[in-house]
Amino acid sequence: MSLIDRWLGRSMEKQSAAVAHERLQIILTHERNGRTGTPDYLPALQKELLAVISKYVAVSAENIKVQLERQDQLEVLEVNIVLPDSRG
Amino acid sequence: MAKIIVVTSGKGGVGKTTTSANFATGLALQGHRTVVIDFDVGLRNLDLIMGCERRVVYDFINVINKEAKLNQALIKDKHCDNLFVLPASQTRDKEALTREGVGEVLAELAEEFEYIVCDSPAGIESGALMALYYADEALVVTNPEVSSVRDSDRILGILASKSRRAERNEEPIKEHLLITRYAPARVDKGEMLSVENICDILCIPLIGVVPESQAVLLASNEGVPVIHKADTDVAQAYQDVVSRFMGDELPMRFLDAPPKPGLLKRLFGG
Repeated sequence: MSLIDRWLGRSMEKQSAAVAHERLQIILTHERNGRTGTPDYLPALQKELLAVISKYVAVSAENIKVQLERQDQLEVLEVNIVLPDSRG
Repeated sequence: MAKIIVVTSGKGGVGKTTTSANFATGLALQGHRTVVIDFDVGLRNLDLIMGCERRVVYDFINVINKEAKLNQALIKDKHCDNLFVLPASQTRDKEALTREGVGEVLAELAEEFEYIVCDSPAGIESGALMALYYADEALVVTNPEVSSVRDSDRILGILASKSRRAERNEEPIKEHLLITRYAPARVDKGEMLSVENICDILCIPLIGVVPESQAVLLASNEGVPVIHKADTDVAQAYQDVVSRFMGDELPMRFLDAPPKPGLLKRLFGG
């Protein structure tokens, strides 16, 4: 193997451990968020909200979005309801 | 107060049993009364690694089910006077390990021993959960390889949420990262995750790095924990792990690839 080949080979391999490191960082950040958990009550909450709101306004399921966001120590429960266009 | 240490990893084949055998032997060699328990019910192997497989009569499950006394099931190590092995059952399934039963046996062992080393099975099923439930400290065994690092991260989450300490809101299990099967030459070539890479991801204190070595296989062939082969790098690495566990501050060794042999040595051997 020539020196140049070896040098090229090395630079290719150098990337492989670095790629592993980067992939792990990304997947584990994602999995750790999942661990502390999107709570499992969100779908039920969404369903019940829909039931209550439907008593007063005609909305469909896709117009109610419920999600939990995490920023450092703070958790924000975001409920987004799009009301139907009243002019319609 | 006896200290309970779980040797765990999530992934199989990373060196949990090898580590349990050598860590327990190392503690005993430093003069501490130690027992090492195999939690891998149905797939026991600690007895083979410790070289006591032909002396197993009663096992952990027999003791839990009160079919045998603890003293009947404990096997005295061939090489160390103050080391005992409690083998797993080879015939029952893992459900035989009940939380109460394990708790009672550990409490009885705690009266007699300073250190109780729990060799966890792979996975995150009941056997593994039972091995870590009562632990005070954990050795998280990790290979420099993506699947092992990911599984170790998962186990760290479980240590923090499913142990007795977590349930009782006590001080959390003290975690130690042990990297095994480390090949410095491959790290230098950029083929293998480095110690820094792994520490950076798992973020727990490093207790040691055990180099990849043929001596481990040879020692397992003979049923003698490799820490007894004092001239090998693995034995010295495990001795360091035990000393660090006892509070000594030692620099990490065996992180660099051995220098390539010179031309003369390559020509004539040596």
